[in-house]
Amino acid sequence: MVKENLVEIEFTLNGSKIKLKVKPNETLLDVLRHRLKLTGSKKGCNTGECGACTVLMNGKPVNSCLILASKANGKDVLTIEGLGSPGMLHPLQEAFINSNAVQCGFCIPGIIMSAKALLDEDPNPTREDVQEAISGNLCRCTGYLPIIEAILEASRKNSEKR
Amino acid sequence: MALLKIKPFKYFQPSTLTELLPLVEKFGTEGKIMAGGTDLVVQLKTREVPPLKYIFDIENIKELHYIRDEGETLRIGPIVKLRTLKTSSVIRKKTFILAEAVHYLATPQIRNMGTIGGNLCNASPAADTAPPLMVLGAKLRISSTKGERIVPIENFFASVKRTALQSSELLTEIIVPCQADGYGGAFMKVGRRVGHDISLASGAVMVRLKKDCVEDVRIALGSVAPTPMRAIETEAFLKGKECSQGNIRRASEIASTEIRPISDIRASAEYRRDVVKSLIEITIQKAAERIRGH
Repeated sequence: MVKENLVEIEFTLNGSKIKLKVKPNETLLDVLRHRLKLTGSKKGCNTGECGACTVLMNGKPVNSCLILASKANGKDVLTIEGLGSPGMLHPLQEAFINSNAVQCGFCIPGIIMSAKALLDEDPNPTREDVQEAISGNLCRCTGYLPIIEAILEASRKNSEKR
Repeated sequence: MALLKIKPFKYFQPSTLTELLPLVEKFGTEGKIMAGGTDLVVQLKTREVPPLKYIFDIENIKELHYIRDEGETLRIGPIVKLRTLKTSSVIRKKTFILAEAVHYLATPQIRNMGTIGGNLCNASPAADTAPPLMVLGAKLRISSTKGERIVPIENFFASVKRTALQSSELLTEIIVPCQADGYGGAFMKVGRRVGHDISLASGAVMVRLKKDCVEDVRIALGSVAPTPMRAIETEAFLKGKECSQGNIRRASEIASTEIRPISDIRASAEYRRDVVKSLIEITIQKAAERIRGH
C-alpha cells in the first residue's frame, strides 16, 4: 500500500481565508463540491475538455477537475458562489437572464467564470475576444449566440457605469 | 474511456532543485514529475499511466520559472505557462512561431495551467510546442544529482509518450535560438475545430531566401509519426531550388511520403498523408511571404 500524506493547504476562497487538510489525490473540484458543498462548479467530462468546472485561480480561469487540491495552497480561488447573491446579482448574471442565455444551465457557471476573467482583463472585448475566451467551455443547448450576446451586454453595461 | 478515481500516492512539493533532485534520484522509478498536471491528472484518471507511488510537483520551484532574453538566445524555464508563451512580448518578438503555435493550443483554461516543459515531457506526437522549437533549433538542459547535459530537441523524443529522460532526471531549461534576420517562419495546425482540438497534423517552417532561391529551410511536423519529426528529405529537396509554386508542390509530395502516420480516432493515415501536402504548401508560402513582407 502506498502511504499517502495529508497536505495542509491555506487559500482564499470567494474572499474568505480557508484552511484544510486534503489528500494528494483529491482534485480541487471534488474538494469544492463534496467537502465544502459548493456545487455551483460542475463535473462534466472530468478531463478538462468541457469547462463546466471552471473556477478562477489568481484571476485566471482553470479547470478545477484537473487541479490537485494541494495546488490551491496560497492561491486566491473564486467560484460562481463568490459572484453576486440572489438579491444582488453580478452584472454578468443579470445579463445572462436578460439575454435568455441559459437553457439547461449546466455549463453556465463555468462560462460565467471564463467571462468574468475576460471582462476583468478587458472591459470592452470584441465579439471575437468573447468567442476566444469561452472556447474552453462547451454548451450543448444554446448554440452560444445568446451567451455571447449576454457577455457583450454585460461589458456594455460596465462601460455605461463608468 | 472509463474515468476512475486517482489512486493514493505520496506527494512531494519541493521549493528548490536541491530538494527535488535527490528525491527523483531515489524514488523516480516509482513516481512522476508533475508541472501543471493537465496531462498527468487525466492519464491517472484513465489509468493510461498506472497508479504511482510518488508525485513530485515542481510548480513551487521558483528557480524554474523565467524567460531570459540573452540577445540571440532565449532561455525559458520549464514551468512557464503556455499562456505566457502566447502573450509574452519577448517571445512574440524573437521566436514568433512559438507564440503562434501556442495560440490555438488547447483552451484558455489549459493554457493557464499547462507548461512548456510539460508539453515537451509528455512527449505526445501532437505536442504543439515541439515543431516550432525544432525549426528554431532549440536545445534542452537536463539535470540530475550527477550534473547536467544538453540535448538537441530532435534527440529528446524517443517514441510515443517517451523521452530521453532517465527517471532521475528533470528538464530544467529550454534554450531557444532567436529567429535570425532574413528568415520567415510560420506554424499551422489541422484539427476539426479551431482551438481546443488536438492536432491531427501540424507543421512549422523557417525559411530564408536568396533572390528567389531557398537558401535555408527547416521543416518540422507533428502528429504524423511516433514523435514530432524534422522533414529532412523535404528540406534537402528544397535547398538551393527556386521557391516556386511547382517546387513547393513537389516538396509537399516528398513530405507526404517521408512521414509515418497512423490511423487513429482523429484521422486515418491516408488522410494525414493527403492533408500534410496542403499543410506544407500553405506553411512554406506563409513563411516565405513573411520574409518578403519585411
